[in-house]
Amino acid sequence: MKDLLGIRELKKEAIEDILKTASAFKDVLRRDIKKVPTLRGKTVVNLFFEPSTRTRTSFELAEKRMSMDVLNFSIPASSVVKGESLLDTIKTIESYEIDFMVIRHSSSGVPNLIAAHTKASVINAGDGINEHPTQALLDAFTIMEKKGRIEGLEVAIVGDIMHSRVARSNIYCLTRLGAKIRLIGPPTLIPAEFLSHEQIKVFYRMEEGLKDVDVIMMLRLQLERQGKGFFPTVGEYFKIWGLTKERLGLAKPDAIVMHPGPMNRGIEIASEVADGPQSVILEQVTNGIAIRMAVMYLLSPPQGGKS
Amino acid sequence: MLKFNYMKVILSSEEIERALSRIAHQIVELNKGTKDLCLIGIQRGGVYLAERIAEKIESFEGVKVPVGALDISLYRDDLSRRKTVPAVRKTDIPFDITDKKIILVDDVLYTGRSIRAALDALMDMGRPGEIQLAVLIDRGHRELPICAQYVGRVVPTSRDETVEVRLSEEEKVVILKSSRAVEQ
Repeated sequence: MKDLLGIRELKKEAIEDILKTASAFKDVLRRDIKKVPTLRGKTVVNLFFEPSTRTRTSFELAEKRMSMDVLNFSIPASSVVKGESLLDTIKTIESYEIDFMVIRHSSSGVPNLIAAHTKASVINAGDGINEHPTQALLDAFTIMEKKGRIEGLEVAIVGDIMHSRVARSNIYCLTRLGAKIRLIGPPTLIPAEFLSHEQIKVFYRMEEGLKDVDVIMMLRLQLERQGKGFFPTVGEYFKIWGLTKERLGLAKPDAIVMHPGPMNRGIEIASEVADGPQSVILEQVTNGIAIRMAVMYLLSPPQGGKS
Repeated sequence: MLKFNYMKVILSSEEIERALSRIAHQIVELNKGTKDLCLIGIQRGGVYLAERIAEKIESFEGVKVPVGALDISLYRDDLSRRKTVPAVRKTDIPFDITDKKIILVDDVLYTGRSIRAALDALMDMGRPGEIQLAVLIDRGHRELPICAQYVGRVVPTSRDETVEVRLSEEEKVVILKSSRAVEQ
């Protein structure tokens, strides 16, 4: 496999292989020396055409833990504002003999376009409303760690499904691993493509959807991606679809609460839930580094090598 | 796929047993007891052998020597020469290796590159007082200045042969000769 562009095209075995490999990297992160020489001499460019703090820092840390040389490329400092085309930018960067490109872009499909034009391994770090594969993998890894399995679990994904690449990648990932998905949110924010899937049920009210679930995955309300008119007000949104302590009580007593971050406290999730004992939000962040190390390990060697 | 056109048993189950007993005694003798001693097997073949040697030491010394498992995939020097990356297995060393006398255990000593990788991996986990090497088979063809203190059997081989230590079911060590050169 040269690139990781999305979960949709991954087989179940490939996903399981990544999760298994990540647990070895998690062990590395627990040591005094949290670094391995595996990708020494390789170079990675982080191309972020859209703002990101946690995904970018998580990738950067994972890259450094693998002993790679890291270049960061973000929009304001780049030639993009000077009118250079995307592919010219990629060709220029490729001339530096790059092995990996990590790409975040506000338009869906950009990583696929770039992957077709470069010999480097491309990792999608989130494209538009399409996919965010490493987030879904770290979420699956976290669930595995906490629940010991994914098959047969009831997982609620709550909020703005429509504009969420995290939700999309998680739906592909978790259904492939045998979970039962419940999508909960305003009817205006649940895309029609998920209405008739045998592993997916759709609920418009938290009170029905959260009953006896094993995992609650909250999504960030992506105000910057939405037009107007999907729901009346942010305050009303919290009232109906926010995760409060009372609503958490509807889930199984040992249910875990996840959020990809950054959180809008008081909009999609109450602070006491986000900081409560069932929250695994900070563990998701730690696991993100292990998952990204595993992905880069499995995508190497980029050029296929000698026999 | 490589085709193998002959198979020769070079160590039977009893011979493996005796070799491991001797190695266990030599380890204790050379280190004047079991103080600070620990065994670390290289995944996969070495881990089982390390456990066997630890059992033997326990049987005549009455001391349980700590045993760990080490995976060297992340320290290999041939990653960019391979078509696929090796599966990463568990590294499980549940004790502090600093100032310990480590007996590194592997099944077959060949080029020495795995041992180089294992040494680097161990150095990242602490500062051992001493590292010694025990192997069941030394088949020659070293590419690095590495030599084992404890050897079950020295077996002269050619590079197009494969030495396989089979530890499941009927255990034995066999030499397989391939119809073309084995690429390492």
